[in-house]
Amino acid sequence: MVDMESKIKQLIAAVLNEMGVENLELAGESQAVAVTEPLTDLTTEDLREQLLVPEPENREAYLKFKQATVSRIGIWRTGPRYLTRPQLRFRADHAVAQDAVFKDVSTEFLKEWGLPEIKTRCADKDEFLTRPDLGRELDAENATLLKKSCQEKARVQIYVADGLSSSAVERNAKDTYQALVQGLKGHGVEVGTPFFLRYGRVPAMDAVADILHPEVTVVLIGERPGLATAESMSCYMAHNATTGMPEANRTVLSNIHQGGIPAVEAGAHIADVVKKMLDQKASGLNLKK
Amino acid sequence: MRLQTRISGATYSFKDLNEVLAKANEEKSGDKLAGLAATSVTEMVAAKEVLAGITLADLRNNPAVPYEKDEVTRLDQDSVNETIYAELKNLTVAEFREWLLSYEVRGEDIIRASRGLTAEMVAAVAKLMSNLDLIYAAGKITIIAHCNTTIGEPGVLAFRLQPNHTTDNLDGIRISTLEGLSYGSGDALIGLNPVNDTVESLVNILNLFQEIKETYQIPTQNCVLGHVTTQMEAVKKGAPADMIFQSIAGSEKGNTAFGLNASILAEAQDLMLKEGTATGPNVMYFETGQGAELSSDAHHGVDQVTMEARCYGFAKHFNPFLVNTVVGFIGPEYLYDSQQVIRAGLEDLFMGKLTGISMGVDACYTNHMKADQNDIENLSVLLGTAGCNYLITVPQGDDIMLNYQSLGYHEAATLRELLNKRPIPEFAAWLEKMGIYEDGRLSRIAGDASLFFRK
Repeated sequence: MVDMESKIKQLIAAVLNEMGVENLELAGESQAVAVTEPLTDLTTEDLREQLLVPEPENREAYLKFKQATVSRIGIWRTGPRYLTRPQLRFRADHAVAQDAVFKDVSTEFLKEWGLPEIKTRCADKDEFLTRPDLGRELDAENATLLKKSCQEKARVQIYVADGLSSSAVERNAKDTYQALVQGLKGHGVEVGTPFFLRYGRVPAMDAVADILHPEVTVVLIGERPGLATAESMSCYMAHNATTGMPEANRTVLSNIHQGGIPAVEAGAHIADVVKKMLDQKASGLNLKK
Repeated sequence: MRLQTRISGATYSFKDLNEVLAKANEEKSGDKLAGLAATSVTEMVAAKEVLAGITLADLRNNPAVPYEKDEVTRLDQDSVNETIYAELKNLTVAEFREWLLSYEVRGEDIIRASRGLTAEMVAAVAKLMSNLDLIYAAGKITIIAHCNTTIGEPGVLAFRLQPNHTTDNLDGIRISTLEGLSYGSGDALIGLNPVNDTVESLVNILNLFQEIKETYQIPTQNCVLGHVTTQMEAVKKGAPADMIFQSIAGSEKGNTAFGLNASILAEAQDLMLKEGTATGPNVMYFETGQGAELSSDAHHGVDQVTMEARCYGFAKHFNPFLVNTVVGFIGPEYLYDSQQVIRAGLEDLFMGKLTGISMGVDACYTNHMKADQNDIENLSVLLGTAGCNYLITVPQGDDIMLNYQSLGYHEAATLRELLNKRPIPEFAAWLEKMGIYEDGRLSRIAGDASLFFRK
């Protein structure tokens, strides 16, 4: 009997391990959880497979069409209102998206990576969200700090900015960066000193380039989260970036996340694009394929 | 014109009418971003006090963007009925507000007055109104329009069914459409925002909508919201469109950024009247939203409420079946939080109705705003109470293509039941015939999209 119990415990531990124990540990912080069965994650249930209509006229057709969309279809109702589970799922997806926007990239993340931190003119997250103009500029103090922290006139200057999703950056930036540096090394291209820009909008790369004068500027930046994923990151690149240059000079790769272009794959792809920019001395619409 | 006032021992002076109009606005992040907002609440109230004493003639004579410089101003000024304007021009904005709200003034009186107004007058009076004033005044005004069916009749609350898809996949669009119909949405419009703004894609989707409409004999109208020029090409190729859509702005420069001008819209309207599938006479659909002009640097130093009112003046010229503000779509740099979105939604509905157009609202928010589904549900109840012609619905409020949240299909049934409203009459009869509605509300089988796949 005792043997049986310990076997079951082992089995549960193994399953939890596979599912990612992180969440369990977090839950454990607020209260002790008596684990008797594996926890299901509300945000990972596959909605395409879920049909909550109790007696559908044609279940087979319903499910077949549901495969063609991630829209919240076949979710049924109580009176005219939502069932509880779909309502909670919606709130959970929105909560994850909001947290991605409103939480700051943690200092632990930066410390672990060893990235120096530079800040735009935005004083805080609220100002960042309401004043896109300030998120494109650096004040004198930060300009000096940037100059002190980084090598000037690098062939390629890569940096990370929070943009509209801190989660996207924390989840994808480092893997993308490493694959990118690796890829460039393969092309015989050295990169400058990486850093983190807090409260950064995309055009801040022009201000950065005006201070560091790299040949190619590359920023890895969090995208505005949707309900489907809050972890999508973009990469913007420009040759000889400078304030006031046409938007058409930027090259972008978006949708970098686990369910889109995985970080490592993205990094390798970006390396090839950057190499082309160096060879052609161009970017954006001017870059030939 | 008196441009200064005293409040609590301090004197407040404004350099011109545009500054008064801007500073009289309730707080909006977009006006701050543009550098136009009042710097304190007291200054805002001072601007309102100054605005209260301005006459409608002053507003007529000082359009926000000069007549010579801007097509939107010219259309608005040139279409004023001078007889009606002469009756109203000596009213101050304060007197005009009280006139609108008084028991003596009926909805028809307001509709007549609207023909003597310019956008600046419409915006000005909105700035002196509280939220409940906006709801009460909007509620008095009935604006009816006809495409295939009639929208805007008293006691009716209609909904646009928006079955957007990330890749315009026709099966995905079909199931989202049928799901919405099974909840009683879609009487205002079945209308999709396409990912691919190509003639071929528009034709395919319009054909799908037409097939659904014909198969199930649905009395409603359809539209695929590509660029006006793409839609015109599709219609010329024989695509079955009931309406042509376009996003519009409150200045010529803003419209140029959208790739249009008045003559293109007139051409589109003419094409629809001659070759479109709808009965008409109202065959145009427009979307707007506070902040759109600033985002393309086309605001001419004018606040976002005034620019929005100018959109409605422009829209009216083309006799639209539908106009809706997409309030909250553009982000927190224009409308920061739920308080600002709710205020803007009520302002836009009131201003649209006072302008005399069939006005709806897409009550929505993005994930980087301080707002959530509860806020947008609140707004929908206020708008429904204020006699909004229609609201927009997507599956459970989640638009998977545009990546924002609006109302869900479920809200259509809930709001009608709560506010004692019904669908557009022909559509209501269709819902009863299909067994989706029973005795004016959802039946036992409503919410099962597969009722359209009966074996």
